[in-house]
Amino acid sequence: MSKIVRALYNDDDILMDAVKTVKSKDYHIEEVFTPFPVHGLDKAMGLKPTRLAITSFLYGLTGFLFAVWMTNYMMIQDWPQDIGGKPSFSYGQNVLGWVTILFEMTVFFAAHLMVITFYLRSRLWPFKEAENPDVRTTDDHFLMEVVVKGDENALSELLKDSGAVEVSIVEAH
Amino acid sequence: MYTFSGKIKTFSLALMLIGAIGIAFSLATAHKTNEQVTTILSQEHGAHEAHNAEATHETAHKEASHKVEAHDDAAAHLEHAKTQIETRPWSAIYVAAFFFFMITLGTLVFYAIQRASQAGWSIVLYRVMEGISRSMVPFSVIIFVLLVLSALNITHIFAWMSPENAAHDEILHLKSAYLNVPFFLIRAFIFLAGWNLYRFLSRKYSLAEDNEPINGVSYNKNFKATIAFIFFFGISEYLMGVDWLMSIDHHWFSTLYPWYVFASMIVTAVTVIAMVTIYLKSKGFLAEVNDSHIHDLAKFMFGFSIFWTYLWFAQYMLIWYSNQGEETVYFVMRMDHYKTIFFSMIPLNFIFPFLILMNSDFKRKYVFVLMGGIAIVIGHYIDIFNLIMPGSVGAHWGIGIPEISAFLFFLGLFVFCTFKTIGKAKLMADNNPFIEESKHYHY
Repeated sequence: MSKIVRALYNDDDILMDAVKTVKSKDYHIEEVFTPFPVHGLDKAMGLKPTRLAITSFLYGLTGFLFAVWMTNYMMIQDWPQDIGGKPSFSYGQNVLGWVTILFEMTVFFAAHLMVITFYLRSRLWPFKEAENPDVRTTDDHFLMEVVVKGDENALSELLKDSGAVEVSIVEAH
Repeated sequence: MYTFSGKIKTFSLALMLIGAIGIAFSLATAHKTNEQVTTILSQEHGAHEAHNAEATHETAHKEASHKVEAHDDAAAHLEHAKTQIETRPWSAIYVAAFFFFMITLGTLVFYAIQRASQAGWSIVLYRVMEGISRSMVPFSVIIFVLLVLSALNITHIFAWMSPENAAHDEILHLKSAYLNVPFFLIRAFIFLAGWNLYRFLSRKYSLAEDNEPINGVSYNKNFKATIAFIFFFGISEYLMGVDWLMSIDHHWFSTLYPWYVFASMIVTAVTVIAMVTIYLKSKGFLAEVNDSHIHDLAKFMFGFSIFWTYLWFAQYMLIWYSNQGEETVYFVMRMDHYKTIFFSMIPLNFIFPFLILMNSDFKRKYVFVLMGGIAIVIGHYIDIFNLIMPGSVGAHWGIGIPEISAFLFFLGLFVFCTFKTIGKAKLMADNNPFIEESKHYHY
């Protein structure tokens, strides 16, 4: 049964330095809880780059194609409209007027589906119980979880030296 | 500390000299006799024979339909074409002068926004921005001289200023409460004086900061001056766009036009800031500027390119959609006679920068920022060309000695002033309260 050390910090710069120190000693950082996104933390922790941007592009493309189909179906096929005397029955000659719709649909699909993907990927849904081990990480504290390897007291000392305001050892869940 | 190198000095002076010779040559040969104008017109006529048939005849606009006039009144047409041909070198100077002026003004505004928002990341770039905005002083003088020359009818960049035009023009008569020569020049003077005053004060306070404790008197004075400037700029930029550019097509109007000019201004300015920064870094200066600073500038280049396209398209689409004669003349003129210029802006200002700067990692690579930047600078020169030329020289445009030499002259002046000023002070604003944050900026 492995153990986990939880170290609390009260400043994001101290946390960043601590993460780098812990990584340099070859410890495995299980997770870091922060009240706000800390720039550069993902790189310092050695996390893989997010693939959310790729999904965003694909969702945007879907939205764009959907809007092309939708404007064509509504305005050309199903019920041809006369727009400012422009030739009807022609998608190409009317598409300028629908660029706004193409754009908005692209953004709508990309944004909403990306948020939903993010929630699913982070396993967040309504009435979900909070996973953060210490309620102070939603206020003004930062918590780092490090898997114990070798002597747990040496790790505790290392974390205290790195500027942690509180260090505790728990059984892994 | 950077020192103004002899190499750059020689290079910029050489550019100015070549440019000045070219400008002098094109001004000296600008005057045409009636026979020469007839020859030019018949050559152009041959080239445009095909599309004459299509006819832009319905449009009432005089430039767009000057071929109709030719049948009615050959002499008046000849005179009109002669004026336009003779105006070309002056317009070429005005295009280049405004383009470089706009870079300095855009940089000043970008700098003011950084100061007013107390942004932390950009402090390491302050001295670069101050250097770039320095050449605003000579450009302001040149632009004001050009406006005065036009007001005196020595040149005809602004057709509405000529008394013969105004006398028979009902629309101009209705606009004359705002659009009259004395008021126009007074406005131009106030705008230029206001912008130059802020540039002078902010530079002075910024240098004074170096000898003061952190968060000293000068820092706070600069902050107050900046707030006042942004308020003043918001109004004056709009009126400047109307006066200096839109009034060239004096029958036509568009309410978002000055913001479109602003978009062009700010995207070119940010691009030039990035280019000068990269140049200085390549010479071993600005060690504090890291990839993240360049990344942020590239984000602005990317974002403002999209903003420019948004305004360009918004203006185009509304006019296309409603299809009103008095509005479409603007695009009829540009699509008939400026097709290459008009459509080349879309790949240069939008598609290329959009694709090359979309990837987050590419924004940190200098070579991609420079490639996107060169497209943006060329594209926005073409943009300004496209705003000024059709209204002032009509179909008689070209990219030749007048245009290239005017561009080179102002480029030389710009490089000279910029690097001379950058060499005058420390490259880091070390006493700014946010300097540490800026030096450690990482994304």
